[in-house]
Amino acid sequence: MSLFKKITESQIWRSIFRHRFEDTPRNRALATVSNAFLHLHPVTLPESALRVRFTFCLGGLTFFMFLVETVTGILLMFYYRPVTEYAYLDMKLLEHTVRFGMFLRNMHRWAGHAMVILVMLHMLRVFLTGSYKPPREFNWVVGVCLLVTTLLLSFTGYLLPWDQIALWAITVGTKMAGATPFLGADGPFHEWLHVHPGNDMRFFLLGDSDVSGNALLRFYVLHCVLLPVVGGFLMFVHFWRVRKDGGISRPL
Amino acid sequence: MAEQKTLKTQETGQEVFAFPDLVFKELLAMVAATIVLTVWAVTVDAPLKGIADPNWTENPAKAPWYFVGLQEVLVYFDPWIAGVSVPLLIILGLAALPYVDPNPKGIGRYDFRDRKLVVPIFLFGYLLWFGLIVVGQFLRGPNWQFYWPWEDWAVPKPAEPALVNFPNALGLAAISAFFLLGLAVPALLGRNLFRKIGLLRHVIAWTLVLLMFGVFGKIILRLFFHVKYLVTTPYFSI
Repeated sequence: MSLFKKITESQIWRSIFRHRFEDTPRNRALATVSNAFLHLHPVTLPESALRVRFTFCLGGLTFFMFLVETVTGILLMFYYRPVTEYAYLDMKLLEHTVRFGMFLRNMHRWAGHAMVILVMLHMLRVFLTGSYKPPREFNWVVGVCLLVTTLLLSFTGYLLPWDQIALWAITVGTKMAGATPFLGADGPFHEWLHVHPGNDMRFFLLGDSDVSGNALLRFYVLHCVLLPVVGGFLMFVHFWRVRKDGGISRPL
Repeated sequence: MAEQKTLKTQETGQEVFAFPDLVFKELLAMVAATIVLTVWAVTVDAPLKGIADPNWTENPAKAPWYFVGLQEVLVYFDPWIAGVSVPLLIILGLAALPYVDPNPKGIGRYDFRDRKLVVPIFLFGYLLWFGLIVVGQFLRGPNWQFYWPWEDWAVPKPAEPALVNFPNALGLAAISAFFLLGLAVPALLGRNLFRKIGLLRHVIAWTLVLLMFGVFGKIILRLFFHVKYLVTTPYFSI
């Protein structure tokens, strides 16, 4: 018995891979359904659903960017402390003392931008192909929530380097929250609810009346825990509904 | 399940297995994306300026690029509209889209001939969003003044001509006329469509569309007629 055969027929191997290598329809089907990751796909699909020039892989690539962000983000967390004393220093250390540290940060930053661009283009593709129409209405709404989550993920990450770009971008961005009608200290009708800079919408986002250490910690937790969980949850629903609402859209 | 599959096959012809036909295409897309990202990350460093200093204001201070469009709207509207209402309405409008577009045509293909109303309106909004981003990101300098890319930011811009406000009565009349006509005209011109979606959905859909065109209209009023507000009250101004 050859070594190859010995390995592939061992109990360990066969406990992991539930089907053989022969190219049979049964094995092709099993490759999808017996794999936790691939079983997101249908076993078979119409040939017309495979056209790259229909989807341009935009949704799939957006998800791939999310995976890249997860991997590079977890690695970055080993080197980053979300307090004002260290955040900026850690950026510098990442650049100068961590091997491939700069590459890691670049990858995380550019994949983040790519994810925002791709999710917007994906929405355009879905719109232009009429794929939001019945029976896919609800999945379009889930997609809109994912678009917002993506933007918030990127926005919260923007503060973390704690440099001048970060501080002032977030200052500008959160200033808008202070203008919320009724709920922002600079918004119309705020006095009706006794809203002031110490209890308004902006304070809620920043944990302070200015962008400070509290905001840094808040954005860090949002960026690394809360929003990825929300995004993951929405993606789970989104992908499942693609399947349940008739698969990827195509001419009827 | 088996029945459904044969049905599908009858409709569209050839069925293929996801493994390997689809999975390999996905793999190729991921490899290509990884290569592009790697080259990008090796050649271009992520920006990092000096440490955050609350006492030293960046001028101009720009939001992340995807929010710069909203920041650009701040030129034309007060913050409660530009920074709060506009993004909320965009999200609501996008979410409402499948429920107010009753046209069953054009599913699963790039078919614009059967969707002569929805496609141009959506594309108008989409391009407006990116147009504003381009202006805000590349054409705005210190104090949010307009600079062409070849102009030097060190040269200060002359003061903008004085802005005028509409008298409140005229402004209110203009806004009311805009919305009333904007709601009535499509209902009269497209009676079949109106009957199909009903009054409530008609009002929701066209209000959202009119708000979008209204933002654009105000931009035009400001740029060419130097109008600051249509309506001014002690509480808010539009």
